[in-house]
Amino acid sequence: MKKELLKVNNLKQYFPVKGGFLGRTVNHVKAVDDITFEIYEGETLSVVGESGCGKSTTGRAILRLEEPTDGEIHFEGEDLLALNKREMREKRKDLQVIFQDPYASLNPRQTVGQILMEAMQIQKVVPRSEQRKRAIELIETVGLNKEQIDRYPHEFSGGQRQRVGIARALSVDPKLIIADEAVSALDVSIQAQVLNLLRRLQREFNLTYLFIAHDLGVVRHISDRIIVMYLGKIVEIADKKSLFENPQHPYTKALLSAIPIPDPEKKKERIVLKGDVPSPIDPPQGCRFHTRCPFATEICRTKVPELRNLDHMKEGHRAACHHIEKIHSGEMAVQS
Amino acid sequence: MVKFIVRRLLQLIPVLLGVTIIVFSLMHLTPGNPAQIIAGESATPETVAQIEKRLGLDEPIPVQFFHFVKDAATFDFGNSWRTSLPVSTELWPKFWVTLELAIYSMIFSIVFGMAAGIISAVRQYSWADVSVMLIALFGLSMPNFWLGLMLMQWFSINLGWFPPTGWGSASQILLPVITLGTSGAAVIARMTRSSMLDVISQDYIRTARAKGLKERVITYRHALKNALIPVVTVIGLQFGGLLAGAVLTESVFSINGMGKLIVDRILARDFPVVQAGILVIAVVFVFINLLVDISYKFLNKRIDMD
Amino acid sequence: MKEEIILEVSDLRTSFFDEDFEIKAVDGVSFELPKGKTLGIVGESGSGKSITALSILRLIAKNGKVVGGEILFNGKDLTKLSEREIRDIRGNDISMIFQEPMTSLNPVYTIGKQIYEALKVHQGMDKKEGDKRVVELLELVGIPSPKQRMKQYPHELSGGMRQRVMIAMALACNPKLLIADEPTTALDVTIQAQILDLINDLQEELGMSVIMITHDLGVVAETCDYVAVMYGGQVVEYQEVKELFKNPKHPYTVGLLNSMPRHDVDVDELEPIKGNVPSVRNMPKGCRFAPRCPFATELCVTELPELDRKEDGSEVRCWIYSDRWDGDPEVSVRNEERTT
Repeated sequence: MKKELLKVNNLKQYFPVKGGFLGRTVNHVKAVDDITFEIYEGETLSVVGESGCGKSTTGRAILRLEEPTDGEIHFEGEDLLALNKREMREKRKDLQVIFQDPYASLNPRQTVGQILMEAMQIQKVVPRSEQRKRAIELIETVGLNKEQIDRYPHEFSGGQRQRVGIARALSVDPKLIIADEAVSALDVSIQAQVLNLLRRLQREFNLTYLFIAHDLGVVRHISDRIIVMYLGKIVEIADKKSLFENPQHPYTKALLSAIPIPDPEKKKERIVLKGDVPSPIDPPQGCRFHTRCPFATEICRTKVPELRNLDHMKEGHRAACHHIEKIHSGEMAVQS
Repeated sequence: MVKFIVRRLLQLIPVLLGVTIIVFSLMHLTPGNPAQIIAGESATPETVAQIEKRLGLDEPIPVQFFHFVKDAATFDFGNSWRTSLPVSTELWPKFWVTLELAIYSMIFSIVFGMAAGIISAVRQYSWADVSVMLIALFGLSMPNFWLGLMLMQWFSINLGWFPPTGWGSASQILLPVITLGTSGAAVIARMTRSSMLDVISQDYIRTARAKGLKERVITYRHALKNALIPVVTVIGLQFGGLLAGAVLTESVFSINGMGKLIVDRILARDFPVVQAGILVIAVVFVFINLLVDISYKFLNKRIDMD
Repeated sequence: MKEEIILEVSDLRTSFFDEDFEIKAVDGVSFELPKGKTLGIVGESGSGKSITALSILRLIAKNGKVVGGEILFNGKDLTKLSEREIRDIRGNDISMIFQEPMTSLNPVYTIGKQIYEALKVHQGMDKKEGDKRVVELLELVGIPSPKQRMKQYPHELSGGMRQRVMIAMALACNPKLLIADEPTTALDVTIQAQILDLINDLQEELGMSVIMITHDLGVVAETCDYVAVMYGGQVVEYQEVKELFKNPKHPYTVGLLNSMPRHDVDVDELEPIKGNVPSVRNMPKGCRFAPRCPFATELCVTELPELDRKEDGSEVRCWIYSDRWDGDPEVSVRNEERTT
């Protein structure tokens, strides 16, 4: 039986757009607009999408780095949005984050050891006398050398710094780690090291990951389930196999077909989307993807599609498109 | 663009109102009764009261303020307490002298500052760059009254090339303009240099080079226009300092300008003249800033029109 | 059939000078590009791939210098040209587009003016003729309503649109060679697909040769005919693209392919390359890859191998393929059983 660790209900995150003569709020960026999903204990749930789809905003809202506009976030049954500042700070022990640029989030004047011990001190997870010992353990766990504990962040390479970031996240024994583009800035050979490390740590410490990324190769490698977002909405949610082998939403299909495959002999059909992603200020009515969708009809322009599961889809696989049936049956096809 | 200017003009209203309040309160915050000062130490209380009534000083302060604003809006600042002449008659000729001095100095600062800054940036670390930056540092650290005195000593007294005082002829104008304009030129030179260096390392300069353009075209067409954006801001700020510096420069060269007038009348407690002088300076400053904003906008297409 | 070679780079060396210290950013790069084909230069950060590209047009920063080697473009050595002569080639015979479309256009001029500039300097076109050509070019790169767009400033366009503008500018004078330095790295994947398609279509239409610099093996596989793999400032392998993916020779190439998570197939465990990319300030003495190579021997650590041409036209810089190899004679770099 899968246990729900985090449940997000109808989350909305609007950012005001100031303007006009007196700097009034004239509009909102609907960065995340009414999304609902859950994360099960021990799994890796990935959120993918292109820039501006709201994936990072979702992560930040869960951590309450920005206060959500509306919605509920339940962590182990407790509503995080109902917590006051102090309670939330304590809760951060269970919810840790790893950012894309570890350098920006590591104090340059602290050694790695100090960084780790400070994190432990704030959350009081280990008695002071054992902190250094624990820091050394962590350093070795993430594949660094214990001699490196007294070095400063600038003495490390990008990949090593990301390992330090991971060690810091681990130092407080979290339950959920939100990895926001955690491997995006790394070179392929280093990225693979860090991905393998993340998988190993998940097994060892029974961690749950919310993995935010734009690289579908990385996502396929690390995820159990995947959410695809477009302009603040979830367009498809599925287990990994279904998403990659049986994608239902036209956007997911286009996204998958757009990625270059490192195999020159593999010819494939590509759905090239026209135009750019519209602005999240005043997003399109109805289905937000309709301006670029090759299948869009009248209903798409007026009615917001719900996430649906149909017979030909696996349990838990849902997509938000009015035309799933017709596209599946081949009645609707892309003319090339 | 027109909409932008109109909006900026509307935004000036509260600023000018604020300036007026400050200028107006000057008189009421300074110790001593003006009527007493006008009447003289030995005047009887009756005489003082009479003067108070004549000047409207017996009315409540908000009413006085209202009158002040109403009159100021029509450039009527009353009569000088010292000479009894209308303030505007006293002020305008001197205002033009000061404005001339400021504008010439500004032009001096801009021309020499930008030229020096560009040379410095294009030939970074060359002897030209090093000497320009040294001179700029020198110009920046030297108080302008001292520079004025030195220039006067050398060129007027020792060499006899220029008249040491006065205002009007080209030879009289040169030394005060250098005195007042040097620090501005130094600031502008340094700003132009660092801004140019910053722009030269931008990606679009590489694009321009990849297009096959000549270095000269790249420097003047592609780099300079971008580099000017922060320089224009600095020029605007400089102008405020220039008006203040004009007071000292006028004193050094005995130029009969507004700075000198204001200093004299502060000592004489001739408030209508002082108030009018400061108000005029503030208004000029605010409008110069508006001009800067507009040219800034013109240079930088990324600032939103609305 | 012997193909006509449009660009031949041999033993290119570019260094940067920091005080008295010489940083050898490019240290022995050789490749050739047949006319009308696409060459991919692939490598990770610090491999010297972008500096190689900039060296071709001599666009490297002031403290950098091409210190050795030849760059033959249609038989002419670009390193020996005067400043004037190279300027006539830039944007005319050889054009370049860059990684950051957001910052590569001058913010204070309209895009039309920026494209026109190239036409004016190389073809002496007047404004009227130029405007007509600008509209043509914008149409060619798929920008809708080009007459209006040409009057817009860069900030009014999206990243994808700006990259199209960069391409239009690069194509203005019908270049024979287009150098694309990570042209899609800053773009979203659906926009990347649009831009790569555009470059491919234009190449066919105009018969250009293309150098595609990228870190993404997927982009290489989809767009290139030949590939040069770079590591530590050197080319370590040069092959025809299908061969490279089917039969990679250099252990680094193999490592790259094994590190790459793929979206089209499931990979159980990635096989990363151990260790870190060496610093340009402190390059290993022997083979640059030796400290990270699972096969490295004493020879690899002490002596730098040459980039050797094989009979099939491929080139590889590795001792394993030489007579002097001192390790296991049966070694196979593609050993599937290898664990890390």
